[in-house]
Amino acid sequence: MSTKDTVMKDRRNPLKTALGLGSSQSGVGHWWTQRVTAAALVLLGVWFVATVLCLLHADYATAHAAVAKPWNALLLIAFVLTMFWHAVLGLQVVIEDYVHTRWKEVVLLVAIKFLAVLGALACVLAVLRIALTP
Amino acid sequence: MADTQRPLSPHLQIYKRQVQMMTSIVHRATGIALAVGSVLVVGGLLHLAAGEDSFNQFKSIIGSPVGMVLLFGWSWALFYHLCNGIRHLIQDAGAGYAIPQFVRSSWLSVAGSIVLTVLVWAYVLMAGGAA
Repeated sequence: MSTKDTVMKDRRNPLKTALGLGSSQSGVGHWWTQRVTAAALVLLGVWFVATVLCLLHADYATAHAAVAKPWNALLLIAFVLTMFWHAVLGLQVVIEDYVHTRWKEVVLLVAIKFLAVLGALACVLAVLRIALTP
Repeated sequence: MADTQRPLSPHLQIYKRQVQMMTSIVHRATGIALAVGSVLVVGGLLHLAAGEDSFNQFKSIIGSPVGMVLLFGWSWALFYHLCNGIRHLIQDAGAGYAIPQFVRSSWLSVAGSIVLTVLVWAYVLMAGGAA
């Protein structure tokens, strides 16, 4: 087989290995979830920035009382969950686009999910602790 | 690099620089920066939950010169990602695809992010510095 034949063979669409990969299983789920979380973050993000600005020079007691308010606690939890979800979806696309060595790609994809879940759980526990401590 | 022998599509350096290209790249870059910046949200909440000393320690960290520079950068990244994200949502709905509109909305994202960042930091300075 000549070099040209080898190249041509490589250019053939490797359907066999592609089956079960890519978007064949999930359809537009990733794309749509990224947009829905984005829309939620437009509202929650603006609320978060406004809340932080209101607490600009707050001492511990004021900040603690503010986060402990039911609406603030609820929206904070909604914000951090949506933020980490959206971040994972976005980072996933970046990794899939730029990391072309399969094992590094998979390791990174799993790592960002682990970190995001840890971050989200830490935030939720912190808010609950603040909100439920008298 | 790609461990593939299949042909690669032309990459960045072959294209002329255009604003819509830069807004797209910066959208990704700010997204990554904000994902890293989520550490600040986690840190803030954990320190607040851990008690007064811990919270004051956090305030002195983000009030330090390095903390302020990072906060400034993250605030701009947030506002840029917000403005350009709204732009992308509008485009996803099918609007604004004509090239002049596309270029104009790109500049709108950039301008909007700068205006919001300036407004927020003007408020911070008028309120007597951060933290």
